[in-house]
Amino acid sequence: MTDIAATAPAHGQDAHAHEDHDVPGFFVRWFMSTNHKDIGTMYLIFAIFAGIIGGALSGMMRLELAEPGVQYLTGWAQILDPAAGDTQGKHFWNMMVTAHGLIMVFFMVMPALIGGFGNWFVPLMIGAPDMAFPRMNNVSLWLTTVAFVLLIASMFVPGGSGLGAGTGWTLYAPLSTNGSPGPAVDLAIFAVHLAGASSILGAINFITTIFNMRAPGMTLHKMPLFAWSVLVTAFLLLISLPVLAAAITMLLTDRNFGTTFFDPAGGGDPVLYQHLFWFFGHPEVYIMILPGFGIVSQIISTFSRKPVFGYLGMAYAMVAIGVVGFIVWAHHMFTVGMSVNLKMYFTAATMVIAVPTGIKIFSWVATMWGGSISFKTPMMWALGFIFMFTVGGVTGVVLANGGVDQNLHDTYYVVAHFHYVLSLGAVFALFAGFYYWFPKMSGRMYNEFLGQLHFWIFFIGVNVMFFPQHFLGQQGMPRRYPDYADAYSFWHLISSYGYVIMAVGLLFFFINIAWAFIGGKKAADNPWGEGATTLEWTLSSPPPFHQFNDLPRIS
Amino acid sequence: MKSLKTLVIAAALSLGLVGVSQHAALAQAADPVASSAAVTANPTDSANVSASAPSDAASPASAATPAGDADYVPLKPVDGVGQPIPAGMDFQTQVTPLGQQAYWFSSAVLLPIITITSLMVLGLLFWVVARYRAKANPVPSRTTHNTLIEVIWTAIPVLVLAVVAVPSIRLLAAQYEPAKEEALTIKVTGYQWYWGYEYPDEGIGEYVSKMLTKDQASEAGEPYLLGVDHRMVVPVDRQVKLIITAADVIHSFAVPSFWVKMDAVPGRANEVTFTPTKVGVFYGQCSELCGIDHGYMPIAVEVLPVDRWEAWVRSRGGNPDGEDAAAASVVAASAPATEAVAAPAATLAAN
Repeated sequence: MTDIAATAPAHGQDAHAHEDHDVPGFFVRWFMSTNHKDIGTMYLIFAIFAGIIGGALSGMMRLELAEPGVQYLTGWAQILDPAAGDTQGKHFWNMMVTAHGLIMVFFMVMPALIGGFGNWFVPLMIGAPDMAFPRMNNVSLWLTTVAFVLLIASMFVPGGSGLGAGTGWTLYAPLSTNGSPGPAVDLAIFAVHLAGASSILGAINFITTIFNMRAPGMTLHKMPLFAWSVLVTAFLLLISLPVLAAAITMLLTDRNFGTTFFDPAGGGDPVLYQHLFWFFGHPEVYIMILPGFGIVSQIISTFSRKPVFGYLGMAYAMVAIGVVGFIVWAHHMFTVGMSVNLKMYFTAATMVIAVPTGIKIFSWVATMWGGSISFKTPMMWALGFIFMFTVGGVTGVVLANGGVDQNLHDTYYVVAHFHYVLSLGAVFALFAGFYYWFPKMSGRMYNEFLGQLHFWIFFIGVNVMFFPQHFLGQQGMPRRYPDYADAYSFWHLISSYGYVIMAVGLLFFFINIAWAFIGGKKAADNPWGEGATTLEWTLSSPPPFHQFNDLPRIS
Repeated sequence: MKSLKTLVIAAALSLGLVGVSQHAALAQAADPVASSAAVTANPTDSANVSASAPSDAASPASAATPAGDADYVPLKPVDGVGQPIPAGMDFQTQVTPLGQQAYWFSSAVLLPIITITSLMVLGLLFWVVARYRAKANPVPSRTTHNTLIEVIWTAIPVLVLAVVAVPSIRLLAAQYEPAKEEALTIKVTGYQWYWGYEYPDEGIGEYVSKMLTKDQASEAGEPYLLGVDHRMVVPVDRQVKLIITAADVIHSFAVPSFWVKMDAVPGRANEVTFTPTKVGVFYGQCSELCGIDHGYMPIAVEVLPVDRWEAWVRSRGGNPDGEDAAAASVVAASAPATEAVAAPAATLAAN
């Protein structure tokens, strides 16, 4: 990519579109939308909404875990079911663990990164008027929404020992089959089915769009890294999600129609489910982080006023991560009892991923090297991302070693690891992208001071929350526990304080959005200056309802 | 050769008996009446043990304890041993050779590497932030490629990972070394929500190990959420082979201070070995989400000196010499296994 000089049209031709004479009425525009920007906006709103629910669940969990003993669970369970006792309370805990995971993965990070930013900026960046299949794009959005409704509904129906699915987001059999009677798990499975179908449709849409609708001159090797990241992500989705769909369909038939795919009593094997799930599940973690890589690349380049260092290496590092991401899945299953050769292979293959990841980290640093860096809010988030993702990455190298994982598996060390790459990695990338593109999407500037405040408080909060969890894990604290031995109480309390700090930071995020819409300055077409070289900055802020009626030419 | 082996086994057995009697003496010291009764009841035993421990003059009654009838007294847990320590940050102290090897790999190889890597990235970030901020460097360079440095930052991580891979693979190989023939076999079954332990060679049928309630725990001086009513009990310095399965959903058997974690999967028999080298009580917790009481089915492994472990086996109605007897039967070649098993018991009875 590097310098993309749009020689032709940018603003002029689009001016007439800006008059909005072809903008449909409210219902048609927002409920039957075929406009990638509107759909992207709705995805973002949806993701924020889901994120609030998922984040509230984690707040409830941190509150319960702030001190040893079970303080709140039964009371919370009684909100849903007045007859609830301690059993339902403990089930409520498992329901929260499950819902938090599913919501954050399928209904917050993925819709925001792919549905939100992907929809908004892939067409803009490659110089396309819209997505290849606009109506299918709308189907994707509403399937996600319905999936979310199903998941929320599952919390209110029986799931065995209490209301809701208490299986963990991984839905491991046999806990999710004969271990959880009642419709809750079925609803959760349907929710994942629909979210998966939505993502497959979205993936097809992105791949088609990127392969066929790039503006003249926009070769793949000139395409901005964010578009590259979405392309790789779309392939991961397309290949991995059908496997998940198969796995959870087998769960459904095991649950309801007497099949025994995962039941040893009928010749099945619970470990088969884990293989199928993680064949999807590991690519899934890259699905959640790769678009973040793309966003961070754009931002680092913009605010260093320098093209991305080693552009081709960056693009193909993502391809490499995507490919290798498919052949490492069983490192999630090191303790199921696998042969030593298998474990050695998955150990070695997993460590290999550190190499392309390292290339990306170093290339970001090299992009800044020699640059002229300004520390606007998006850049702060991107810098935070680089360091926090490094920390999450190196603990991943520790866990990659099957022999070491034998102790750390399913402890808080793992919780700390994946929250460093997700809650401090993917979420930092989300906020970075949000602040970076907010002026473009809304036409308003956010408040820089509030943005910085949000960053610093959030940064401190998540570190206080998650770093001590490494210690808990090394000390042996298992995951998914509502209560713990007294010895663990110190770091759990610190961790809960961290949540409070983070939540205060989030408050400034919402204040900032409100501030921007109420009193924010009008955003210029390109508020970031000469470093912002991608095509979206050649358009007005916000862009016209339909852009690139005459395709830009890339020199 | 055969006779030599027999001799060694016999010696080991008698040493074990001495150990048992001495331990039992401690237990009985507070009860002189019982002790003296034992003296009269076991004159021959008294003579034997006195001969082997003549310096034990301080408590003459100790010599009089009937071998093999020692009471099993559960060990009291020691704070900070085999369980988490308040505000602890590091791994629990490892008491198995494999655990120590893994701990060394983790803390002497991996931890320095990841710390240096993270600090290096942090340092680089601070450097570019300070040196290349807009004020300090108003005109950005246009450098976008440098093949040499790209090769370097690809090759160095590869080398580092190759270095890490050696001890990592070695650790895996060690963890998967087949269990020795003389290993103590215990069958572990995960249930919703407790553990079942069975000692097939010692003839101890499955017994159930459940968590102590808060009141029971404080009464017994056990850590709440870790203490159980019936522990898994194993001898020190002898390899233990666990055969792990589950009856309903997946559980995971974990003891952090042994560096052991193995899923209990219905329909599968997973094997894991460990050799505890310290006497004590070591706790673990179920490590795979298994339903509402996932957090309430802890594991407690009590490691005892061999003699006291044998006493425990007997207190459970089992025969601690099951394995030895089997070995003896190999030595005796012609003797049927059942007779061989019965033989040491007969000896004990005679005593």
